[in-house]
Amino acid sequence: MSQRLSRRLAQPIARTISRAPSPVVAYVAPWLAVMLGSVLPSLPYVGVTPMFPPLGFLVLLSWRQLRPGLMPVWAGFPLGLFDDLFSGQPFGSAILLWSATMLALDIIEARFPWRNFLVDWMVASCMIVACILLQVLIANHAGGATPVVLVVPQILLSVAVYPMVGRAVGRLDSWRLIRYRVIG
Amino acid sequence: MAPPGNRRTGYSRRAQYNTFFAYVAGVVGILAGGFFLIGSIASPASYEGLRSLASDATAPVMRLVTGGRSAASGAWNDVSGYAASGAEVARLRREVQLARVAAIQAQAQADENRRLKALLQLHDEAPRPVTNAWLIAGSNSSTRRFATISAGRAQGVQPGMPVRSPIGLVGRVLEVGHHSARILLITDTESVVPVRRASDGLPGFATGRADGTVQLRLITLGVNPLRPGDTFVTSGSGGIYWPGTPIAVVSTLTRDGAIAHVLSAPAASEMVVVQPAWQPTADDSLPPPANTTPADKRKP
Repeated sequence: MSQRLSRRLAQPIARTISRAPSPVVAYVAPWLAVMLGSVLPSLPYVGVTPMFPPLGFLVLLSWRQLRPGLMPVWAGFPLGLFDDLFSGQPFGSAILLWSATMLALDIIEARFPWRNFLVDWMVASCMIVACILLQVLIANHAGGATPVVLVVPQILLSVAVYPMVGRAVGRLDSWRLIRYRVIG
Repeated sequence: MAPPGNRRTGYSRRAQYNTFFAYVAGVVGILAGGFFLIGSIASPASYEGLRSLASDATAPVMRLVTGGRSAASGAWNDVSGYAASGAEVARLRREVQLARVAAIQAQAQADENRRLKALLQLHDEAPRPVTNAWLIAGSNSSTRRFATISAGRAQGVQPGMPVRSPIGLVGRVLEVGHHSARILLITDTESVVPVRRASDGLPGFATGRADGTVQLRLITLGVNPLRPGDTFVTSGSGGIYWPGTPIAVVSTLTRDGAIAHVLSAPAASEMVVVQPAWQPTADDSLPPPANTTPADKRKP
């Protein structure tokens, strides 16, 4: 049974004689990476201004653009739920925005199937700007009163950092497909 | 880059259903997000249990990281201290000589204060701290200013308790987990702290601006009497925050008040003290309430 399952899961992944990627690592790593990205901004320090890029969102975008179809369209719901627990935003904000982002990316991909680095970066930048601005709007509806000017540095930093997050996700992608020795 | 070829489901009825229901689930995710959002806007305390669970689960790791960061910055201070140590030691020696005299004077004044307070039957206003805790996490990617501390219900922390550092006020407890708690920082735009000028007791409010400063608004309108450098402390009116906790120093003036830099910027203060909530009605120094009211008198 497990043999069949692993064969089915590992199907899109290249395999050589007696060496195959672990399906668990290959399919769990992207989810864990996004969750780590959600927790990480709260870790290093208690900042005085909202400066830190929404790292979970950036990692999710990177995975979606690097490997379309690896994460299902509904991945925004569980991952957004996890992000909401740590981000300080009102609960539901990331669920809504991330789910909408996944659907929007799917539509954009169908419309512009041929992509390159610049197109990817521009699409991701639009998503980042929209997401951060909507986050401010939602937070202000739920009790805050922050001027939008305050998130401009965060937006610029997130857009600038996005290609680097993409590189890191690329490295992680090659790591998750390392072939382990299998019998049979 | 070529478009991925896996969008076509082909003749497989199973693959068609899989794709279709994935899209349905995506739309349901958006609707569910909106539903949760309406719930949390209607009552911000909803989903508190989930958040507390999450912060409790990650608290040990965060505590470890905080310890490491604290040690690293301490080591850096040690190393950078060597560069200027000679001049520093000479300056400190001079300061200690002066400080000894000042300490003796302060001791005498403290004695006198205690005697006078005993004469007036005033109680000392220094509260016993509930617990000490580390600031272990902050909402760095959101415009709301929250932080997590490493103490919770197990250490006696309750919602509404003020949190301060040795330098000044940090915030107040919002949600309590088992061994972690979420606090609203005074720089959050929802936080309002009643304050007074330390020099003459001029009353006002400090509202957060989410960028490390607070907006001071005075209760008395008219000519703006503030000057850059004025220090503000909590006034304790209305309860929660203990009177006399330093909070901010005026940096720039506005038309109806001033913008002040928070003394205890959370990035600088890692160790905090949780105090019991201040209840002004329990203050013995206030005049007692009238014994009877006209309404009471009418009753037989």
